[in-house]
Amino acid sequence: MDWINAVIQGVLLGGLYALFAAGLSLIFGVMRLVNIAHGDLIVLSAYLALTVTTALGLHPLLALVIVVPGMALVGYTLQRAILNRTMGDDLLPPLLVTFGLSVIIQNALLAGYSADPQKLQAGEIETASVALGSIALGVMPLIVFATAVVVIAALQWMFYRTALGRAFRATSDNQDIAQLMGLNRAHVFGLAMGLSLAVTALAGVFLGMRTSFDPAAGSARLIFGFEAVIIGGLGNLWGTLAGGVILGVAQTLGAKINPGYQILAGHLVFLAILAIRPRGLFPRIDG
Amino acid sequence: MPMPDPILTIEGLNAHYGDFQALYDLSMHVEAGEVVAVIGANGAGKTTLLRSISGLLRNAPASVLWRGTPIGAMRADQIAAQGIALVPEGRLLFPSLSVEENLIIGGQSGRKGPWNLQRVYRLFPVLEERRNQASTSLSGGQQQMVAIGRALMSNPDVVLMDEISLGLAPVIIRQIYEALPGIVGEGLTAVLVEQDISKALSVSTRVYCLQEGRVSLEGQSQTVSRDDISRAYFGV
Repeated sequence: MDWINAVIQGVLLGGLYALFAAGLSLIFGVMRLVNIAHGDLIVLSAYLALTVTTALGLHPLLALVIVVPGMALVGYTLQRAILNRTMGDDLLPPLLVTFGLSVIIQNALLAGYSADPQKLQAGEIETASVALGSIALGVMPLIVFATAVVVIAALQWMFYRTALGRAFRATSDNQDIAQLMGLNRAHVFGLAMGLSLAVTALAGVFLGMRTSFDPAAGSARLIFGFEAVIIGGLGNLWGTLAGGVILGVAQTLGAKINPGYQILAGHLVFLAILAIRPRGLFPRIDG
Repeated sequence: MPMPDPILTIEGLNAHYGDFQALYDLSMHVEAGEVVAVIGANGAGKTTLLRSISGLLRNAPASVLWRGTPIGAMRADQIAAQGIALVPEGRLLFPSLSVEENLIIGGQSGRKGPWNLQRVYRLFPVLEERRNQASTSLSGGQQQMVAIGRALMSNPDVVLMDEISLGLAPVIIRQIYEALPGIVGEGLTAVLVEQDISKALSVSTRVYCLQEGRVSLEGQSQTVSRDDISRAYFGV
């Protein structure tokens, strides 16, 4: 029973990892940008939520109403003001700039909030659970997982059923020709980054309610996000959810064997999948 | 009374790719309702000319005039909004989009006019049958129909067509050229880059020949002589 429990907890944890990864996957899909600062932006969202909850006395889940649009605005501005200047045929300049951004965010958070670990106080919901036979499912992990499924489904729908998604796909296919269709790529890229950071804001708030965080917590989140994306297959959103779940289950099973193996088990499964299927489990089929 | 400005004027256009200069002090004009053919050997600068007009290549502001207004330095999306559409060489459909999505995205600038999905499907009925297929699954000729339809969907005042017969079977080329009168019939202005000289002359009102980035001949398509063309074409 303990093992089944570990698998189920791992699946639910995978929802959080899928949220880490979805924003990463989205911007890579639209503009081939590898965002090294993604993990730090997740942590930045958590700190933003911390400020909102303490200043306004809001519950962290209610703070989402401010944090999500706030981060979307940060994303659009960041893309238009800085990242668009680095975009071109070469992947390296934007990668290096986001690396620098990562350092800046970490140090700004350190200066603003100190190195003390912080946590978002969510009250009773943190420990609430529902019983499923002899297994107790946390209400928060259930909410996070359900949110991940809804977010992935919504992104999928947006990508394949809306004018915005059409613009994203067209710009991803051929930026010049998309520009001829009246789509200004600078704006399209800004929207993609805004959407990516809106999802990141969700991930950051859930992270802050689940565990304590500090200014240096971003890099581990970036790794988990990357691993989920790669396991699932680049450019496949449902694959990203599957990747997150596989990573989550690997970690909880590893922790079950030995608490020290949690992170290691996740990385090993990732490496094994990369060795066997370098393009991930569900790569997008390109025409 | 002053003459109205031509719909499109190119004036002393120098176009570069990095250090390489592709067009030298090139001037030409297109009047509303005209079909202008641009011919010339490979590397003469025909595609560069269309890229410069459509904004994919940005130049000095006054080197391209739209109804007398400088647009040479505008972005491609801004120029598209003015009413200039390009059918690019090699078709360049969006592979991630279905046939119908490729057409819809062409019309997304929201310019009003006679062209819509139904009208494009009337012009090329085969596209309606394949509307939900991936654009990459079509034959070359059908892809060219999508590329033309996509440009028309923006209801342009001027359509630029780059080598629409390139790589297609003669029977398909005939089919596409038979559709042209239905396209330019309603006062739509067209600039046609074409390798096939007799085809170019038969559908156009005026012709420019380019040679090494310069205009080597300008004339009425019906009266220009073959000898003049070969001289302008090869520079001998």
